[in-house]
Amino acid sequence: MNLTLKVWRQKDANSSGKMVTYKAENISPDMSFLEMLDVVNESLILKNDEPIHFDHDCREGICGMCSLYINGRPHGPKRAITTCQLHMRSFHDGETITIEPWRAAAFPVIKDLAVDRSAFDRIQQAGGYVSVNTGGVPDANELLIPKVIADEAFNSATCIGCGACVAACKNASAMLFVSAKVSQMAMLPQGQPERWSRVQSMVAQMDEEGFGSCTNTGACEAECPKEISLTNISRMNNDYLSAKLFREEKVHDHSGGGE
Amino acid sequence: MSLEAKIPPGPLAEKWSKHKFNLKLVNPANKRKYDVIVVGTGLAGASAAASLAELGYNVKAFCFQDSPRRAHSIAAQGGINAAKNYQNDGDSVYRLFYDTIKGGDYRAREGNVYRLAEVSVNIIDQCVAQGVPFAREYGGLLDNRSFGGSQVSRTFYARGQTGQQLLLGAYSALNRQIHKGKVKMYTRTEMLDVVTIDGHAKGIITRNLTNGQIETHTGHAVLLCTGGYGNVFYLSTNAAGSNVTAAWRAHKRGAFFANPCYTQIHPTCIPVTGDHQSKLTLMSESLRNDGRVWAPKTVEIAEKLRKKEITAAQVKEDDRDYFLERKYPSFGNLVPRDVASRNAKEMVDDGRGVGGSGFAVFLDFADAINRLGQEAVAAKYGNLFDMYYQITDEDPYKQPMRIYPAVHYTMGGLWVDYNLSTNVPGLYALGECNFSDHGANRLGASALMQGLADGYFVIPYTLGDYLATIGPKPVDASHPAFAKTKQDVLDRINSLLALNGTKTVNEYHRDLGHIMWEYCGMARTEEGLAKAKELIQALRADFWKNAKVVGANDEVNAALEKAGRVADFLELGELMVDDAKMRKESCGGHFRLESQTEEGEALRDDDNFAFVGAWEYKGDNQPEILNKEILDFEFVHLTQRSYK
Repeated sequence: MNLTLKVWRQKDANSSGKMVTYKAENISPDMSFLEMLDVVNESLILKNDEPIHFDHDCREGICGMCSLYINGRPHGPKRAITTCQLHMRSFHDGETITIEPWRAAAFPVIKDLAVDRSAFDRIQQAGGYVSVNTGGVPDANELLIPKVIADEAFNSATCIGCGACVAACKNASAMLFVSAKVSQMAMLPQGQPERWSRVQSMVAQMDEEGFGSCTNTGACEAECPKEISLTNISRMNNDYLSAKLFREEKVHDHSGGGE
Repeated sequence: MSLEAKIPPGPLAEKWSKHKFNLKLVNPANKRKYDVIVVGTGLAGASAAASLAELGYNVKAFCFQDSPRRAHSIAAQGGINAAKNYQNDGDSVYRLFYDTIKGGDYRAREGNVYRLAEVSVNIIDQCVAQGVPFAREYGGLLDNRSFGGSQVSRTFYARGQTGQQLLLGAYSALNRQIHKGKVKMYTRTEMLDVVTIDGHAKGIITRNLTNGQIETHTGHAVLLCTGGYGNVFYLSTNAAGSNVTAAWRAHKRGAFFANPCYTQIHPTCIPVTGDHQSKLTLMSESLRNDGRVWAPKTVEIAEKLRKKEITAAQVKEDDRDYFLERKYPSFGNLVPRDVASRNAKEMVDDGRGVGGSGFAVFLDFADAINRLGQEAVAAKYGNLFDMYYQITDEDPYKQPMRIYPAVHYTMGGLWVDYNLSTNVPGLYALGECNFSDHGANRLGASALMQGLADGYFVIPYTLGDYLATIGPKPVDASHPAFAKTKQDVLDRINSLLALNGTKTVNEYHRDLGHIMWEYCGMARTEEGLAKAKELIQALRADFWKNAKVVGANDEVNAALEKAGRVADFLELGELMVDDAKMRKESCGGHFRLESQTEEGEALRDDDNFAFVGAWEYKGDNQPEILNKEILDFEFVHLTQRSYK
């Protein structure tokens, strides 16, 4: 296959970027999208050009590092997969493919197609955990968890933190991501003691990071590689409202009492 | 140099608890005076960093990815073993210990492995308390499955993504400590060297991957939790970024590298499609519970299949060779990983491989679909079938899968004693990065167990003993060793950036991979290894002459990152070959054609090779020195593994 690529190039966070056109020649339909970019990069290096920078690691759809906005869709045209799982047979010979980074104020571009998603880490640092230290915990089977609850918590827990939901949203909202993390803990008995403070801390951090508001269009759900459902957002809204109206308690204060 | 493993004396079951009592403690008020560096944030690193911070130490944690959650532990599928005996099927700490020692083909330490089995039960408790959503039964209790040839069901799992769920648990514990200010997290930061002062590890040199800054970090101890080196083969199931650099730099600063030739090659992976391929994808070995492995009986039929003149379905039953069932009637398709992999290779070597490249055998579900119905097969393996379909564009419900072995895990690694300390005081290695617990072959669902055991339940005890011994005096960042090591790192970066030849770094990596796979892969010979050594030396020399590295240091530069990693692989590869050549026996994943039983199985030589081979670096292009740690087996009887 021979393709034309229109790729966003941007030196660093402080420079402005632009689209640059490249040819991708002799591409095998068996290649993954990232392998196609590898081939293009090899030829750029040999021509003394700077290779196209993009994030990637596991290349099997679970680390959440790859993050390409292909022909106007996060992770490309196919449903429920990441960019690294997209194969070139999903395109046709002679096609022009547009490749951009995730676009969101909270995800500044680092270089070319790679963005800074550390906002996601900070949201989880704000409260996305159960406060237990290593050791001194009860036997794993002491607490019974109904299978349906465990399975539903697992569904929320499959989120890989790639940020496709933010990239898909016209408001660059992070609600699907945050709600998946909140829901997992809110459904499990282990998450109950901190349930109301957690949702407040995480939502507050989400707002601070500059993500947009949710208007329930559902683009996030449609583009999520792990098919995280909008139900998570309803659950989180419910908990948040409940926490704010009836159970507002001091949000986790970790500044004192450390060590 | 003598290697002191420091295994505590006494009965197996009392070693660890006695040892814990004998270890020195650090007073709670003093813990905040110590800085601990943790490199890598996979299961071992994240769990260690969180647990040490909880105790009160100041932790600095580092990962090259953009978030600690992306470390490659995330990709583990199958599960994690623990001797809970929840199924009442006869499991026990001793049985898990025994299975692991035997599975490792009697090349691991009894003391370490027993401790691993002992703390395995605590790991599950810990993960559940963190909110890890393990699979459950309808009654609300945890579910288990059997795995990896074990005769009991001791594997805990979270569908096909146990690794992600366990790592998210450790990551959440880490996040809590970051929030408290007890862990300072450095993402997109790669460790490029370790700093030693008077023989003790006192810090590291890192490169900020966003702006190229070379930074110095001091610490009272340095913990390497940086994973395995499977990417020396270029194609493996590891992540693209997985590398040996941190461990290799430590090796060059004095840490011994043990058993580098022990690599695990996993049988059920999706075959290579062409030279463009950047990685191989593994499918859980649970597929062999229902899939039947076969190759055509004759080269002629294989040839027709390769040319697509006929389809697999058109090959008559009589013309099929279900080689695992034929050779191992009692274990059949469920033989251990090393045996299954080796036999697939034999078929291919025999000219009976299938698929366009000829490097594959069939894994056929037609019988299972007839017996159980497509729906039942889909319920069990649906996600794996989808993954296969996605990658190959072939429907495994309609035609057999093509599979071929791929490098998956490295049992070798930095030599550590019972305390997980390398021979460089203050420098520790945890998880896949060390060599300690799996001997010459790792059992399925044991990697996650070891990473978390090291991080949650071993290092929090053993590190305190060292720290109490050296005292809390601050590390002097102005010591010349820091500036000197930093300069070494800069010099190396500059020599890489000066390479302006005609061949990309990726091509060298691919060439190295071909050599390693051909001569140091599933079957190794004296002659082949000698040849590989020459080829690697020549390739390395050529790399430093003709490689091409573009860009500058003070920017995001993936080409430079890759060049540093490949340069290290080019050195490690030679050591692996030396180790494989030295070990003239076959054991576990290390198969020497010269050492096999009459039936063609791995033949150990316990009289001459029941030792850990720990290599000592002696300078660039100098032969490394072999140090032997003799393995004493006090409690188990060494036998020849048989799966007939």
